[in-house]
Amino acid sequence: MQFRKKNGNTISDEELRRQLSDEVRDILGDPKTDRTDPAGPSVYPGLEDRGIGSREQEHLREERLREERLREEHLREERLREERLREEPLPPRPASPSERESRESVRPVRNEVNSVRRKLRRSKGPYLFISAVTVLLFITLIAHLIYFNVRLKDGIINSPYNRRQNTLAEFVVRGPIRSSDGATLAYTETGEDGSETRVYPYGRIFAHVVGFMTHGKSGLESFANYQLLTSHSNIIDQVINDFKRRKNEGDAFVTTINSELQQACYEILGDYRGAIIAMEPDTGAIRAMVSKPDFDPNTLAADWDEMVGDSSNSQLVNRASQGLYAPGSTFKILTTLAWYQRDRKLEKFHFDCTGELTVGEITVHCYEGAAHGEEDLAEAFKHSCNTAFSQIGLDLRADALTSVARRMMFGESLPFDLAASRSRWSLSSASSDEELVQTAFGQGKTLVTPYHMALICSAIANKGVLMKPHLTDHIENAAGKRISSYRPSAMRTLLSTDEAETLSSLMRQVVTEGTAAALADRSCNISGKTGSAEFYRSDGSIGTHSWFTGFSDTEDSDLVVVVLAEDGGAGSTTAVPMAGRVFDTWYSISS
Amino acid sequence: MTILTSIMKYLFVILMALFVLRDYTYLAHSDERKRKRNLNSQIRIMYLTVGLGYVIIMANKRTPLSVILPAGIFLYFAVTLICYRLIYPKASMLLVNNMLMLLGVGFIMIGRINESQALKQFLIAAGGTVLAFIIPVLIRRLRILASLTWLYAFVGIVALLGVLALARMSGGAKLSLTVGGITIQFSELVKITLVFFLASKLSRNISFRNVVIATAVAALHVVLLVLSTDLGTALVFFITYIVIVYVATRKPLYPAAGLLGGALASVAAYHLFGHVRQRVTAWKDPFAVYDTSGYQIVQGLFAIGAGGWFGTGLCRGRPDTIPVATKDYIFAAICEEFGAFFAICLLLACMSMYILIINISMLIRNRFYKLVAIGLGTEYAFQVFLTVGGVTKFIPLTGITLPLVSYGGSSVISTIIMLAIIQGLYILREDEE
Repeated sequence: MQFRKKNGNTISDEELRRQLSDEVRDILGDPKTDRTDPAGPSVYPGLEDRGIGSREQEHLREERLREERLREEHLREERLREERLREEPLPPRPASPSERESRESVRPVRNEVNSVRRKLRRSKGPYLFISAVTVLLFITLIAHLIYFNVRLKDGIINSPYNRRQNTLAEFVVRGPIRSSDGATLAYTETGEDGSETRVYPYGRIFAHVVGFMTHGKSGLESFANYQLLTSHSNIIDQVINDFKRRKNEGDAFVTTINSELQQACYEILGDYRGAIIAMEPDTGAIRAMVSKPDFDPNTLAADWDEMVGDSSNSQLVNRASQGLYAPGSTFKILTTLAWYQRDRKLEKFHFDCTGELTVGEITVHCYEGAAHGEEDLAEAFKHSCNTAFSQIGLDLRADALTSVARRMMFGESLPFDLAASRSRWSLSSASSDEELVQTAFGQGKTLVTPYHMALICSAIANKGVLMKPHLTDHIENAAGKRISSYRPSAMRTLLSTDEAETLSSLMRQVVTEGTAAALADRSCNISGKTGSAEFYRSDGSIGTHSWFTGFSDTEDSDLVVVVLAEDGGAGSTTAVPMAGRVFDTWYSISS
Repeated sequence: MTILTSIMKYLFVILMALFVLRDYTYLAHSDERKRKRNLNSQIRIMYLTVGLGYVIIMANKRTPLSVILPAGIFLYFAVTLICYRLIYPKASMLLVNNMLMLLGVGFIMIGRINESQALKQFLIAAGGTVLAFIIPVLIRRLRILASLTWLYAFVGIVALLGVLALARMSGGAKLSLTVGGITIQFSELVKITLVFFLASKLSRNISFRNVVIATAVAALHVVLLVLSTDLGTALVFFITYIVIVYVATRKPLYPAAGLLGGALASVAAYHLFGHVRQRVTAWKDPFAVYDTSGYQIVQGLFAIGAGGWFGTGLCRGRPDTIPVATKDYIFAAICEEFGAFFAICLLLACMSMYILIINISMLIRNRFYKLVAIGLGTEYAFQVFLTVGGVTKFIPLTGITLPLVSYGGSSVISTIIMLAIIQGLYILREDEE
């Protein structure tokens, strides 16, 4: 009886009688149907024969219950007396006949009473159990609602589907975007009339990463829209602001981009169109991302029409993650992997390079007419020998190359905080031999983004594990208190450790003795691969994109660098020195 | 107006919290004077909440209805409270208060989203309350209610069959029938007949044979509901059946077997029915099926997220972007504009209703009504769990209303009747003394 305590500890006779009769009925159930209770008849003889309801019978039963209660009271007194006796250290004396008698008569009663009590507890069991479970259901609902607000809310609300974000701006001043080294990349200036202007102090340098928010949103302005429009200011300030009709200060989004490195990369790329990406392979943090041609987000509104009308520049496209280029010789990393996947031994391969190889209707030439002579795979790789890789392609056939390309995420949508294109892969077993050999050394119809190249390289540098690439470092409130921090996590294992080490050592030789030898004299142990990808210029002539993809190997703070200079000529002449300067800047900053 | 809304939003949370606190302190107090003070304080809070809510709605909507409606609601509250005091002084006034408060919160939320629906809801609730006044008398006078076993089963099954047949004809999920211009969702009323059937079947005889018969009839109810895609009510029926059988027989083996069978049946239903699979898919990752079955869940989550702890303030959120915000998704709308703290208090109020119902089930001596009470209580609590759990993506969405708060005539009427039955039992209990 849950509510027995309502009158304190003392229970009136009236109530006790009621409760007992109630409980007893619970135990016995309906006497006519419930025959499963053997204790019933022995404690309350004769009761099973009676119907319930008639006043007389009710009375009879009450009589019995009163007797029962008296017996119980007697029993309690008896027990008390016993206890008192035990406490007193009196010498034992023989019990008088009357005492013995009463004790003996009490014992069976006590047993019976206990068994009734046990049954009573059991009979309330279903109620207690069910109400406990139900109350637990309510509590889990409440707990889930709390968990939702503490943990899940921010992740869900940030969805681009969420149209409510626009109404947030009515109550919150958009927060600033900062670099990992504390430079303010974007902030909102509120005029005296309450008008708000978004200011980008670094202008063009961070244009594609930070993005814009006039004419739709792009870059981090789009990615972090919700966080920027959410205020985690202290709750009292928020209430005060509410009353003063003042907007709350939005949270600051701190990106992983290092402003010094970004500025350096912007300068290093110079007047070339193209992209530079710098990323930490062991965390996935993007430290720099430059794309040219660019735009000034501060004057975007004014320049918009002109920019959109000019289709030859596509300044708004972030070439780092959206630009699709022929991979050129950087693709030989994948061809080598396909060979290694099949044979597990690089020494098995031997080839005599004469500078050209005719397959069907095309003749493959090594770059600038070089002939590399007798070579194994490592040598073919470091000299970037096209003819040797054509031969490998012919040996492997399309399926082997396709399976490696799929493993390396070609044709997949790559996870990224900003817009990213899918790299294209069109080789299939139905493709011609001409397409097969061209694909094997990085021409053909394959197209790849610099960002994708950075991910592959990052997995090689990190023992085969690709860390989830990200631009979020942490979120802090207007007062500078950290609200949430990004925790690096592995995204996928792209290569086995063995494969990653093999490719690393091949890429290391490219720097020590091959096409990227300009990077050799550095303490940071760079490994990499150059690429010179031919393409048709708009006037029909053939140009060459200059590629470098590589990584450093030091005690800590390793960096993956991908450089793509459109129409920059051979990888070794343009992209390699640029990459060298990026590495130098990074290590001068971090030391 | 911003200032007003800002003050209000915190005030609403405080009022609701106080109301719920009074619920639980009432249960703890034994002193009649203190209890009375609790009840009166709750009544003041009810008026204040509805009044303030409608002041904001008035200020935002500026329609004549937003002035008339709160006046009507006040009158309804006053008349209901007075009538209960006069006609049924032995009724549980705490239960009346909770019923009116939940209705009041519903009136505010529905009125804020759709005023004409609020008016309809108000008229139905008022009408239902008047009709329900007769129920305690019926319970006291009509001893025969306990023995109409097969009438309850017949009415329930015919109603569900009718809905299913007509829904089939109209091709698709149609849970209601229109009779003479009034649309009735029959499953809401079958909720009551099923409990009465099970209670009357199992109150006198709990032999294995009888349990099997009860199981067969209950299973038929559930299957009919699953076929007419009313998964929420089907689940409510199933759980209620389990609970009643358990309490009636006191044998844990029955509910255990029932739950096992239920689990197997759910797996089967998942593979058999497309609409069951769809719900599970939408629950697992609503964003993946955003354009179809995930849309509603996602919008609901956006709303709850936008609300945060204290809500956006009444009339400052966008509950209109949630599909069926006034019905199955009212809880999301409440979370958005009143905030999570308020919503938690609301859940606690629902829980105190459940405790009151279980309380009478434990106190009353009549075995039939004992089972009726626990059956109705289970239906109420589990329905709250399903709707709130579904809206917050804790469990798959089953599409069921939040009793008394959600818009929906059948739902409100059936809940009011359920509570009137409970009141009848409180009165019966006093008579038993």
